[in-house]
Amino acid sequence: MSWKLDSGRPIYMQLLEEIQMRIASGRYPSGDRLPSVRELACEAGVNPNTMQKAFTELEKKGLIETRRTAGRFVTSDAALIRRIRSDLALEEYRHFSEKMKLLGYGEAQIHSFLCAEHKEDIT
Amino acid sequence: MSYLIEANALTKRYKTKPTPALDISSLQIPGGRIVGLLGPNGSGKTTFIKLVNGLLTPTSGQITVCGGRPGPESKAAISYLPDRLHLPGSLRICDLIKFFRDFYADFSTQRADSMLSALDIDPQARLRTLSKGAQEKIQLVLTMSRRAQLYILDEPIAGVDPAAREYVLQTILANYSDDATLLISTHLISEIENILDDVIFIRDGQILSYESAESIREREGKSLDAYFREVFAC
Repeated sequence: MSWKLDSGRPIYMQLLEEIQMRIASGRYPSGDRLPSVRELACEAGVNPNTMQKAFTELEKKGLIETRRTAGRFVTSDAALIRRIRSDLALEEYRHFSEKMKLLGYGEAQIHSFLCAEHKEDIT
Repeated sequence: MSYLIEANALTKRYKTKPTPALDISSLQIPGGRIVGLLGPNGSGKTTFIKLVNGLLTPTSGQITVCGGRPGPESKAAISYLPDRLHLPGSLRICDLIKFFRDFYADFSTQRADSMLSALDIDPQARLRTLSKGAQEKIQLVLTMSRRAQLYILDEPIAGVDPAAREYVLQTILANYSDDATLLISTHLISEIENILDDVIFIRDGQILSYESAESIREREGKSLDAYFREVFAC
C-alpha cells in the first residue's frame, strides 16, 4: 500500500497515523521488527528526519520500542494495541456519524443504516 | 555548533544590473538537513549556489563552506548538480564513471553501478545519444554516487517526466549520508516538499524566511506549494 500524504498537514503526524494504523490492523504484527527509518522514508517519499520524528512520537506512546543494535520493534503489549485499535475505530465511527447527522439522519436511522443489508432503501 | 554553510553580509552584484543579485546579511545552514531553496525566477538562487561552489566571487562580505573559503577543499566535499548538462556528450557512461572515480576520492563506483542498473541504461552508450531526461538521470546518479558532506542540487527534477520524478527523489533519499546536508533549488515545490526539513524563501536576492517545513504547515495550515504561491503572488 502506498502512503497518501496531504502536504497541507504536518507530514510527521500523517506518518504517525499511518504506522499506527498498520500496527492496529496487524500489518505490522505485535513483537515484529519494523523496517528501518531510511527504508520507510524512501517508501513514503519523505525525509528520514521526518520519519524519525514520527517514530519518536510512537515510542512515547509505547507502541514501538527500540532495542539497542537490534532495531525497532512493535510493542508486544497486546492490550495496548487493542486499546489503540478501539480508539481508532471509535474515531472512524464519530466521523461517520457526524457526516450522517449533517445529512439529517438521527441516531436510530444511523443504527438501522449500519444494520441494513440494502443501504439504498434507507430514507 | 559548526555550520556547513555560513554567510555574513554577503553581496553579489553584476555589472549589468543596478541592484545586487544577492544580499544576505546572515545565514547558517547546519549538517544533516534537507533544505529547499525556493524563490521565483531571477531571485538569486543560482547566484547563491554558485557562490557556495566558488564559481563566483562575492562582491563583498564572507562565505564559509565546510569550514573554509570556497576552494579546492570545499569542492572535494561538495557534490554539485548544476541546472544544465555539464558533461561532455561524447563520453560513454562507463567512461564518465571512471572519470568521476579518478576525480573524486569519495566516489563509489558500486553505488553508481547499482543505480545505473536500476535505470536500465547501457553503460556503453555515449551520453549525447540519450534522451534529455536520461542524461539528467545520469548526472544525478553521478552526483549522488559521491559520499559528500554537502549535496547541491540545482533544479534536479525539472527535465524528467513526472513518472520518473519519484525515481529521482528515491535516489536522492536512498543515497545521501545521514550527516550530509542537501540544498535543493527548485520551483517544482509540490513534487519535492515532502522531503524537505527546512525551507529558505528568497526574493530579489534577499532571504525572506528560513524555517522548518513542518512549522509552516502547522502555522499556515497549507502546503509549502500553496504558501509559496501566496507569498510570491504576482
